[in-house]
Amino acid sequence: MRKMTANTTSIKTENDNKQNGLVVVEMEHLKKSFGNILVLRDINLVINKGENLVILGKSGTGKSVLIKCIVGLVEVDEGKLVILGQNISELKNKELIEIRKKIGFLFQGGALYDSMTVRENLEFPLKRQLLSVPKDTMNSLVKEALQNVGLAKAIDLWPSELSGGMRKRLGLARTLILKPDIMLYDEPTTGLDPITSKEISHLILEVQKKYNTTSIIITHDIACAKLIANRIIVLKDGICAAEGSYTDLKNSADAWIQSFFE
Amino acid sequence: MENVISQQSPNEHQEAETIPESFSENIPDSLFNKFFLEVYSLTIFTLRFFKEVFKPPYEFNELMKQSFLIGYRSLPLVAITGFIIGLVLTIQSRPTLAKFGAESWLPAMVAVSIIREIGPVITSLIFAGKVGSGIGAELASMNVTEQIDAMQVSCTNPFKYLVVTRVLSATLMLPLLVIFSDTIGLLGSFVGVNLKGNVSTYLFFSQIFQSLEFNDLFPAFIKTFFFGFAIGLIGSYKGYNSNTGTEGVGKAANSAVVFASLMVFIIDMIAVQVTSFFQN
Repeated sequence: MRKMTANTTSIKTENDNKQNGLVVVEMEHLKKSFGNILVLRDINLVINKGENLVILGKSGTGKSVLIKCIVGLVEVDEGKLVILGQNISELKNKELIEIRKKIGFLFQGGALYDSMTVRENLEFPLKRQLLSVPKDTMNSLVKEALQNVGLAKAIDLWPSELSGGMRKRLGLARTLILKPDIMLYDEPTTGLDPITSKEISHLILEVQKKYNTTSIIITHDIACAKLIANRIIVLKDGICAAEGSYTDLKNSADAWIQSFFE
Repeated sequence: MENVISQQSPNEHQEAETIPESFSENIPDSLFNKFFLEVYSLTIFTLRFFKEVFKPPYEFNELMKQSFLIGYRSLPLVAITGFIIGLVLTIQSRPTLAKFGAESWLPAMVAVSIIREIGPVITSLIFAGKVGSGIGAELASMNVTEQIDAMQVSCTNPFKYLVVTRVLSATLMLPLLVIFSDTIGLLGSFVGVNLKGNVSTYLFFSQIFQSLEFNDLFPAFIKTFFFGFAIGLIGSYKGYNSNTGTEGVGKAANSAVVFASLMVFIIDMIAVQVTSFFQN
């Protein structure tokens, strides 16, 4: 992997972070294939608490697979994947569910439940994960989540009545309602106009500041990456091909990396 | 050589129900093999249903909701078709019976036909068209839009929440719909009889009840549970394991109806054989 930063003490810092419990995601030699197709070849990555990591890469390079591995939707073939101090591949189903409670996932299209209203969409994870929530608490949590994303008036609407931007915001609200430690965003601004994209990017940033979440964001939107990222990695052929800050990568001498920023 | 190419990842929930690639990739892609691979995959899916159905937590609220949607919402369609079948069967049978001077047998003949065979089979086919395709399309659409994955991330077992509830609802609701359809069918027959005659309600229904036996009612009722189970299961299987993309939604809905209808006839054939074995 080409490190675009000139940080010679990075290994020492990683070890310090691990000891201080600041490392939330750790991947070592991660591999995943589907049949004969090797999607993730050798991923090595450490993500610290409160960090906003943006993943760039051409379509089909395994970006979505990578974040699905983190939440346990896709099982890794080889390598070590440690989330919040627990090795995912060694966990039993119940333990995996406990880890999932601490991870939020914003799907590309929002993945809203069409057969439920906005309110029911937000109540669903609450009922599932907190089990016995008093009606009043649930109501206030739902209202708070909607206010956070500026959708307070949409509470009784159906997902089909919402615009693309509103669907993304609602997806975000549904994910945030449980205040997860790690947020995974799968192309949060895809298909949106530049103004709404900017609004969503600001929202992601606000969320990160408010709840001190660790965010992993897959995007093709360079403006979004510039605004959000503390660190960017570029995936190519199933490995992390480059890593660094926005400025580092933008000023890279590599023409292929440069092409993302043109 | 390592092969790194663009690839949409299959979902984890699908991997469990479909055939492992290492197993299927070595099998030639003929229609015959495809059929057996499909049977294998459906068997795994069915076994998972029986494994999950008895395991807590039970999705009682969703079961009630689905029973309402699947059962109650099908009442108008089932009522209309039941009434027409009773009426048409009566009108069509009258001339033939009249030739042999057996017009008085009309209520009994129509009742036995409707209750033993036509009612359950026609209602099940209508049910397969409405509910089977509905389940297939709904689950396939949820699959395409990642709603099933979202459910899994929300710590919900999507198989239990979506599949088990729908299969159970279809299994429990179809027998009730068939009873309802048979009753409406007999009313249709009563109207048909009185179009060209004057038969009192009492006479009509007393003739029906005199002609019906336990052996007419019981097997016909029991087989509808199997019809409902097959329709719910196939609809869910096709939807849950659909390919990604909008094309997958259409295919899932279409193949759910085709296979569910076929299964209704196959189960009916088996039921007839089993019934006649015990009657003899």
